Amino acid sequence: MMSLLLQHIELALLIPLLGGIMVLLFHDRPKLRETSSLLAGILLILYVTQLLEHYTEPTSIHTLLNISASLSIAFHLEPLGLVFALLAAALWFITTVYSIGYMNGNAEKNLTRFYLFFSLAIAATMGIAFAANLFTLFIFYEALTLSTYPLVTHKQTAEAKSGGRVYLGLLLGTSIMFFLTALVITWIQADTLNFEPGGVLAGNTDGVAALLLFTLFMVGIGKAALLPFFRWLPAAMVAPTPVSALLHAVAVVKAGVFSVLKISVYIFGIDYLAAQDASTWILWLAVATMVIASVIALSKDNLKARLAYSTISQLAYIVIGAALAWPAAAMGGALHIVTHAFGKITLFFCAGAIYTATKLTQVSQLNGLGHRMPFTFTAYLLAAFSVIGLPPFVGAWSKWLLIEGSMDTQHYIVLLAFALSTLLNCAYLLPIGLRAFFKPPDPSQAAAGPGIQEAPLACLIPLCATAAGTLLLFFYVQPIYDFLYPVFNP
Amino acid sequence: MLGHLPALQVIIPLISAPVCVLITRASWAWLLATIVSIASFVIAVLLVHEVSAHGVLSYHLGGWEPPLGIEYRIDHLSAYVLTIVAATASITMVAARKSIEQEIPSEKINLFFSAYLLCLTGLLGIVVSGDAFNIFVFLEISSLSSYALIAMGRDRRSLTAAYQYLIMGTIGATFILIGVGLLYMLTGTLNIHDLQQKIPAIVDSRTLHAAFAFLTAGISLKIALFPLHLWLPNAYAHAPSMITVFLSATATKVSVYVMLRFFFGLFPPDISLEQFHLGKILLPLSIIAILTASFVAVFQENIKRMLAYSSVAQIGYMTLGIGLGSANGAIAGMVYLFNHAIIKGGLFLAMACVVLRTGSVRLEDFSGLGKRMPWTMAAIVLLGLGLIGIPFTGGFVSKWYVLSAAIEQGHWLAAVVIVGGSLLTILYIWKIIEYAYFKTPVSAKLQNLTTHEAPRQMLLPLWLLVIGNFYFGLDTSFSLGYASTAIQTLFR
Repeated sequence: MMSLLLQHIELALLIPLLGGIMVLLFHDRPKLRETSSLLAGILLILYVTQLLEHYTEPTSIHTLLNISASLSIAFHLEPLGLVFALLAAALWFITTVYSIGYMNGNAEKNLTRFYLFFSLAIAATMGIAFAANLFTLFIFYEALTLSTYPLVTHKQTAEAKSGGRVYLGLLLGTSIMFFLTALVITWIQADTLNFEPGGVLAGNTDGVAALLLFTLFMVGIGKAALLPFFRWLPAAMVAPTPVSALLHAVAVVKAGVFSVLKISVYIFGIDYLAAQDASTWILWLAVATMVIASVIALSKDNLKARLAYSTISQLAYIVIGAALAWPAAAMGGALHIVTHAFGKITLFFCAGAIYTATKLTQVSQLNGLGHRMPFTFTAYLLAAFSVIGLPPFVGAWSKWLLIEGSMDTQHYIVLLAFALSTLLNCAYLLPIGLRAFFKPPDPSQAAAGPGIQEAPLACLIPLCATAAGTLLLFFYVQPIYDFLYPVFNP
Repeated sequence: MLGHLPALQVIIPLISAPVCVLITRASWAWLLATIVSIASFVIAVLLVHEVSAHGVLSYHLGGWEPPLGIEYRIDHLSAYVLTIVAATASITMVAARKSIEQEIPSEKINLFFSAYLLCLTGLLGIVVSGDAFNIFVFLEISSLSSYALIAMGRDRRSLTAAYQYLIMGTIGATFILIGVGLLYMLTGTLNIHDLQQKIPAIVDSRTLHAAFAFLTAGISLKIALFPLHLWLPNAYAHAPSMITVFLSATATKVSVYVMLRFFFGLFPPDISLEQFHLGKILLPLSIIAILTASFVAVFQENIKRMLAYSSVAQIGYMTLGIGLGSANGAIAGMVYLFNHAIIKGGLFLAMACVVLRTGSVRLEDFSGLGKRMPWTMAAIVLLGLGLIGIPFTGGFVSKWYVLSAAIEQGHWLAAVVIVGGSLLTILYIWKIIEYAYFKTPVSAKLQNLTTHEAPRQMLLPLWLLVIGNFYFGLDTSFSLGYASTAIQTLFR
């Protein structure tokens, strides 16, 4: 029975989908609706953990549906996808708890739609995580874009509409214009779209063609937010904070960089990338993105916007990891998916908690707030340390590997850029926490009333949990490392 | 009985048309038209099975042997197109009743259905006919009746639209007639199968060149290929709502069929492509069609007009596939035709629902429609995704095959245009969505209007098309499989 369940990987999609149906059924009974969302979250974590526990080696492809001779929807298990799926499932559950606190605390409307599309987005994320071929990946990539659109535009204001326009326009536009074209070229060149260890392109295409194809793929994956297609991420910040936290710090953006890694490893192959020098353009593009986004982050006074630009810069780390075409660096990129997820979701949770408690959104208004909201701001500082890459926080490991990769490949300019970016990280993340603890309260807080206190428990517990995660994972990173090792060293 | 299916396919609607004139009760006329449409769908499905089982069906009208006698010839391609035409006709008719009763004066309803049945006869006749002159005759039957149908639109602009279409359509039909006449002059036969055998011997004849040129121009006019498309936006925008549904899903599609039949059947494909350079004519025009028509669609304020321009662009995709000059390209064109019939038929049907309830298809009057007509708007969103070519929809499958056929041939410009057209599609579809979901009605007229959802009789067929759009995005065994067989028979 269990083995049968584990064979049918599509269950990972069905669980959130069923959760979504339950949400619809209980649309007029908020308690049951939110319980079913939570239940689906727990079930999904259990299921993915089971998959992970029983995993020994890459399984054969499980084909769900043959659309035509060349196109099929198929799933398989491999370490990278499993780690990404577990990450998304675990953080989904935590975010659901948080959303209950946040959405009620801010009296948001249309909650059924909110929870429904949230479930759909997670189902699409699972589809991306387990995709066995490029076509399946592409399908769920697009499904993820579309299912998050109603979440981004949740408030249905003019601002939400224009944010949604940029979001959808850039994500759909790049994917249709470049990603789809790259997909068809791959199909015609390699005669297969399957993900295979060592890649499928070797011997089918080389030189400039490989360089162009890789560039087309990376630019086409707009979710990875490379220059010049990163505007969608700040635009998506009009969404309620739980959406920004899970989707735009974890699921959507990580689906992008996950696709980057997966295509680099299983379509191109790391050795092939290095041999053909196919990733040079993307490497420099990512380095530029990393630095420029950090500088922009520094100039933003709106807390969520600052975090969004920080995310763009951190995503570029992962793309650099892939583009260095070196096992240690790619490993660093893969680990960074996990480490950055914990750090950044905490930061967003904090931003949401601050908004729920005080309605403040600007960095300059937060002076002295640390004494009123000690837990939130402590969690904020811990997470910021992790994103910066200080030990003993988990972010240190991935940064370490990335730097090691750039040393090994003798890309000293990349090394310098990492150093510069770390400094910029400190400059735009730390002051927020320090202001809150060490400066006198800002007069604008008076408007929020005298009794500012911590956000509701449903908000506070998740953000403390993820902040604790950044610390704990520092000591338990080895199993993840060992698990991912074979992906990059076949 | 089964042996007479090809003839029945034409005769049933043909005989029902005059019968319909005699029926004065509107609802009975509708019932007759619906039953006849469904009957022709059943016949089309039977023909699909017959052709799959026994190969090409050749029916000799009156028992006269071809090439002297008139032949109805059903191969995979004909059966495929027959199914599309008859299926969309049935769905349209099932949904039509309320909308027609509202838009057409009651004393004219029987005449309306009679004209519709004649139009259906013509369209089905074009597809079953194995004889070039008969194709022209049926083309005229369908065209003349569609001029009348379009002229019955809601306001007087439909008269000018019909007149414009009449002039252009007649020029097109005349050109086709001249082309067929020249062919007859050269070969002494009108039978397509027979012509195919005789043409290679006379390929250097100038008369043949002239015939080919006349046919190309004439058929392009009927297809509404850029720059001969000007009749189409007006005709679609001002025709009665249900006629737009019917014509958009069938008329241009049948014209695309005629193009395939003439240039890859009557003329052997290698002659059309290599001697007469069909690709060099079709490709640039298709590319311009996709870009300009999509671009113009973005700026339309009348949504029926927007969708009509979108049709011109989508026709460009089909002719682009054909113009690529490979079997895969033509297959892609056929798959595109199939999925587009479902998508565009569905979108225009949704427009019919909106017209029924609000009486307007202006963009600003869509404000807040997402709340007031949730099912209709949801259908528009889902079909719109198909039009853009989002995975899981039939529209994706067709775009995928056109794109891969273009890249396979190394036509990079075409590839860029194909994806670029999709981006423009996002723009105009999203305009509708933003109005419907993000705006509240401004005009007092619409605020006071208590709009409610369209009747179930229209919603069910509409959602059938929505489901079809997704079904054929996942199961392509018929849409792609049958089209491949059809085209491969032509190219062999």
